[in-house]
Amino acid sequence: MDLSFGPEYDSFRAELRRFLEGWPLTGEEAKRTPAEQEQIFRRRGIEHGYVYRNIPTEYGGSGRPHDPIADQIIAEEYARTGAPGNKLDQGPGMLAPTLLEFGTEAQKKHFIPPTLEGSIQWCQGYSEPGSGSDLASIQTSARLDGDHWVINGQKIWTSNAVHADYMFGLFRTEPEASKHAGISYLIVDMKAPGIDVRPLKQMTGSMEFNEVFFDDVRTPAENIIGARGEGWAVSRATLKHERNLIGSPKLMGEQFALLIARARATLRNGRPAIEDPGIRDRIAEIEGYVRAVETTNLRMLSATVHGEELKAMLPMMMIKLYSTDVMQLIAKASYDLIGGDGLLEPHEERDGIYSTSGTVSGVVHNYMFSLGPAIAGGASNIQRNIIGERGLGLPRDPRPPSSS
Amino acid sequence: MHFGLTEEQELLQETVRGFVEGECPPTRLREIFDAGSGHDPALWKGLAEMGIAGLVVPEAEGGAGLEIVDLALVAEVLGDGAMPGPFLGHSLACAAIAFGGSAEQRSRWLPGLASGELVGSVAFAEEGDRWDPEDWTLALTAGALRGAKRHVPHAEIADLWVVGTRDAGLAVVERGAAGLRVEPVAGLDRTRALANLALDETPAEPLESGAAVSGRVRDVGLVLLAADAFGAAWRLTRMSVDYAKERRQFGQPIANFQAVKHQLADMATAVEPTRGLFWYAAHALDAIPDDAPRAAAIAKAHIGDRAAEIARAAVELHGGLGFTWECDVQMWFKRILFDRSFLGTPAHHRARRMGMGDL
Repeated sequence: MDLSFGPEYDSFRAELRRFLEGWPLTGEEAKRTPAEQEQIFRRRGIEHGYVYRNIPTEYGGSGRPHDPIADQIIAEEYARTGAPGNKLDQGPGMLAPTLLEFGTEAQKKHFIPPTLEGSIQWCQGYSEPGSGSDLASIQTSARLDGDHWVINGQKIWTSNAVHADYMFGLFRTEPEASKHAGISYLIVDMKAPGIDVRPLKQMTGSMEFNEVFFDDVRTPAENIIGARGEGWAVSRATLKHERNLIGSPKLMGEQFALLIARARATLRNGRPAIEDPGIRDRIAEIEGYVRAVETTNLRMLSATVHGEELKAMLPMMMIKLYSTDVMQLIAKASYDLIGGDGLLEPHEERDGIYSTSGTVSGVVHNYMFSLGPAIAGGASNIQRNIIGERGLGLPRDPRPPSSS
Repeated sequence: MHFGLTEEQELLQETVRGFVEGECPPTRLREIFDAGSGHDPALWKGLAEMGIAGLVVPEAEGGAGLEIVDLALVAEVLGDGAMPGPFLGHSLACAAIAFGGSAEQRSRWLPGLASGELVGSVAFAEEGDRWDPEDWTLALTAGALRGAKRHVPHAEIADLWVVGTRDAGLAVVERGAAGLRVEPVAGLDRTRALANLALDETPAEPLESGAAVSGRVRDVGLVLLAADAFGAAWRLTRMSVDYAKERRQFGQPIANFQAVKHQLADMATAVEPTRGLFWYAAHALDAIPDDAPRAAAIAKAHIGDRAAEIARAAVELHGGLGFTWECDVQMWFKRILFDRSFLGTPAHHRARRMGMGDL
C-alpha cells in the first residue's frame, strides 16, 4: 500500500496551489460583480486545465486525459480554498456528461459551452407525483406533432426549476410500448408557453423544489437525447452522475469538523461539552464512521486509478446509503449539542440560504435537511434492494406482470 | 498511490484461505470447538510451514520479513475461518521481541518462533481490565516478577510469554520458570484458549527497548483483532445470505422477503465499508507511525462494535436454529466477542482516541 501520490503529483499540487493564490481576485477585476468574478476565475481554471477536465476543448472544457488522481487533487485544493472551479449543479454535473455520452454533435456544440459558462441553467425532470422510486412508471406524455413534441403532465421535486432555462427529463413518447421501452429523454425550454412552475415549501422552511406543470408545451423534435424509447438507459447514466454528487466526502469532513467545533464551544454543566465522557464517546464513534467513508473513498479511488473497479463493486453500491446515514449521525449529534436552542425555528440567513455552517439555525435546518439525501437520487430502501440483489445475489423483488 | 492489495498479498490470502478451508472446514472446527482445547498442533504446524508463524520476523532472524499489513490480511482470513490456534498471541510475542529486543535477544528467540518450533504468547491484562502499557503494575524486581496476569491466550501451549511490566516495560518469561503457574480458565471463544498466570519470584528477562515499543505492540494487537473481527463478521454475513436462500417459509425461500433482504443488505453495508479501517491502521503501523495509534484505536473500536452487531443479527436471521449450540453461527459469534473484548472494549479505545488530542 502506498498513499502518496508521488513527486509528479506533488509538483502538480504545488503548481495548482500557486494558481489558486490568484483567488480572490485583486485590482480592477475585484471591482466586478461576484458572479463576474467567479466567471473570470473559472475561465482561467479552464485555460490552465484545472476545470471541466473531462469535457473536450471544443465544447468549452479543458479536455485533459482521464486522470483520477489529478481530479482528486484538484477537488481537494479547490475545496480547501473555496475558489470557483467545477460547478456541480444539474447542468455541468449531470446534463453535460450525459450529452457527452449520448448527445449528437449538434446538441453537444449547442448546449455544453453555454452550460459550462453558466449562461444556460438546467433543471432535471424525472419524478412525478405517482412515480418516485418506481420512476419508470412516469405518465407525463410527449406526442410528436409535426416537427415538435407536445408535452402534457406534471413533474415534481424539480430543483432549480424557477431559475432554469431548460429542463432535461423523461417523458412517455411510446404509450403502446412496455413500461421502460416507452420513455424518451427530452430537452424542454422552460420559457415555452404552457409551463407553470410552482415552488414547494419544505419542512425546513426553505424552498428548493418545485412542481412543474405541462399544458400542451411544445419542444422541437430534435431535442431528444438518444433514440426514441431509449430514454431509460440515458437516465441511468445521469443518475450515476447524480449519485456521485450526493456522496461528497468534502461535505462530510466539513460537517464533522463543525460538530467538534461546536462541542468545544458549547458548555455542559459549566464545562466545554467536549470534556463530557458521553459526548466524547459519541464523537469518537462517529469518527469511526467518517474514517470508514474516507478509507472507502480511497479504495474506490485506487480501484479507478488501477483499473480494478470490479474489486470495488460492493463499496460503490454501498457508499450512497452509508454516507447518507453517517451525515445523519453527524446532524443528530450536532442538534443534541444545541440543547434548548433546538426549540427555535431555522431562518433564512441570506437570500434563499439556510446556512448549515455552524449557526444554531443551521444546525436545526441540517437536522431536517440531512434526511433529504436518504430520499433523493435513489431512496435508501431502494439502495438496500440494489445491495441485496446485485451485491449479495438475493432474489429480485417480485414485480407484478402488469407493471413490468 | 495504491490502496488495495498487491498480487502477492492476494496470493498470500488465497494460500492461507485454501489451507483453512482444506484443513479446518466447519466440521473439523466444530470438533476442536467442542473439545475446548482451542488448539490443534497439526493446524499450527501447517501454518508455520507456510511461514505464518514468522511473517513479520525479519529475514535475518528466520522470518518472512513482511509488513503489518500482510499480518493483518492473514488475521482477516483466520477470522473468516474462525481458525483455532495461537496466531494472535504468537504474532504479538514475535512483534514485541522483533521491535524491542536487543540483537542478542532477537537472535536467541526469533528463529525458533519464526519456524514454529517455539510458541509465543503475551501476558498483558491485569485485574481491573488494565490492558494498556501505562496501566501495568506488575513489577520486575531484581530480575523476577511477583504478581498475576489475566486472559493470556494459549498460555498452556506457549514456550515463552512476553509479559507487560510496570512503566510500560516488556519482559520474557520462559516455560518452566520457577514460581510460574499457568491456570487455565474456560474461555467463551473456544477457538482461542485463555489462562491466568501466577508469578511468584519468577525469573524474567526485560526486553532491551520494551518500554519504547510496548504501545506499538499493543497497536499491532488492536489491528489484528480488528482484522479478525472483520473476517468473522463478513463470514457471518455470507452465512446469513446463504441460509436465507435455503430456508423456506410460506412456501418460498425467506430471502424473497424484503424485510430479510434489507436486513442482510444492512449487515453487509455495516461491515464492508470498514475494511479500509483495518487496512489503513495496518499500513499506518508500517509507514505512517504518527497516525498509527489513532487509526488502530478507531479500527479496533469501530469494527469490534459493528462485528458484534452483525453477530447478533446473524443469530436472529438463522431463527431458532441460530440459537442452538449445533448451529455454526455461535462459533463466529464468540470469536467476535473475543476480538471485541481482548485488549480493551470499544468504549475504552474511543476514550483513548479522544485523549490523543488531534481532533
